[in-house]
Amino acid sequence: MPQVSMTVNGKATSGDVEGRTLLSAYLRDHLGMTGTHVGCDTSQCGACVVHVNGEAVKSCTMFAAEADGATVDTIEGQANADGSLNVIQQAFQDHHGLQCGFCTPGMVMSAAALLKENPKPTEQEVRDYLEGNLCRCTGYHNIVKAILAASGQDVGAIAAE
Amino acid sequence: MYNFEFEKPGSIADAVAALGSEDAMPLGGGQTLIPAMKQRLNAPSKLVSLSGIAEMKGVCVRDDGALSIGGATPHAVVAAEAGAHYPALAGLASHIGDPAVRNRGTIGGSLANNDPAACYPSAALGSGATIVTNNREIAADDYFQGMFTTALEEGEIIVEVRFPIPEKANYQKFVQPASRFALTGVFVAKYADGVRVAVTGASEEGVFRWSEAEAALSSDFSASAVDGLSVSPDGMIGDIHGTPAYRASLIKTLTKRAVAAAA
Repeated sequence: MPQVSMTVNGKATSGDVEGRTLLSAYLRDHLGMTGTHVGCDTSQCGACVVHVNGEAVKSCTMFAAEADGATVDTIEGQANADGSLNVIQQAFQDHHGLQCGFCTPGMVMSAAALLKENPKPTEQEVRDYLEGNLCRCTGYHNIVKAILAASGQDVGAIAAE
Repeated sequence: MYNFEFEKPGSIADAVAALGSEDAMPLGGGQTLIPAMKQRLNAPSKLVSLSGIAEMKGVCVRDDGALSIGGATPHAVVAAEAGAHYPALAGLASHIGDPAVRNRGTIGGSLANNDPAACYPSAALGSGATIVTNNREIAADDYFQGMFTTALEEGEIIVEVRFPIPEKANYQKFVQPASRFALTGVFVAKYADGVRVAVTGASEEGVFRWSEAEAALSSDFSASAVDGLSVSPDGMIGDIHGTPAYRASLIKTLTKRAVAAAA
């Protein structure tokens, strides 16, 4: 049984896993960090997106053993040090970028990866980047708006839909 | 999914040795293999991860002018690093799946799986690439042998793919909106000695070259050069997303678009 060690949201973790243990299962079942959601378990919905060594990955489609030694960031580590929402999270709240909230952890993690790579994306670039994140409530409009707002761009001209 | 033994070697030699045991399989980025294992369509006794092998990663131009991509290089790296040398290939890589999939999925994994609707096989065949394994070099024309079938032997792994860089090239994909695979995709590449046209997503035999279009485009590299040609729907895939005739029609349309975009 492989032993894995990884730094999750800045904290050292380790555990015994099976070869087949998915990174999402390690986070949720071994570490009790259930902020990372598993929606489809078929790598389509993106609710399970986390960052591994800074890159967005679908944690339901990566083995925990593959992340051995890696730095992993999840939704639980996104808030500011004082516990307040970070810029992206606050923008989701301000612009009503969530309804049921199930997809939101993945949306926020994908948005964070996008803004790191492309700090001032266009609306189309945001929509393209969210290709692997499904939301069944919002129709995406307010998610896109929230991410554009989080990038510091004026979204006043984007109509509410 | 059934459990398995996991190994993550640091060198090609160690990976090949680890793959020597019965029912062992190589693991690229796992973006196809893991979903297949969840459905128990694959149940290897051992997975040998190729993600820890530094000598199988990266993009560089060889002395002979070909673009070399390590077999374990993720799509996102090809998208970011191949653009200066082979923009059509970088463009193809930048539209595979979605960003998270592109950070894990690898070129070697895609070519080894040879999904009939995957993008990379069309680039490899359309460029006349060389598939370099741990023990030989295979020309793309000999490598693809039908849907999910390749020239790879048991335990053989793709360590590198070499793409001759064309004068002009373009890839056009008509996306199947649910899966984001190519409902049909066409890769066109113009070399000094002729044009190659490779089609993915359409045929029941997997990726193939449209030789009539290659001949027409080699003498006149313009979209109108294929106006008089048509593709037979015989042997094309028919499913709920498109009939064989629809896919045959897409091949011509996408070829024209690719030539227009490349020229």
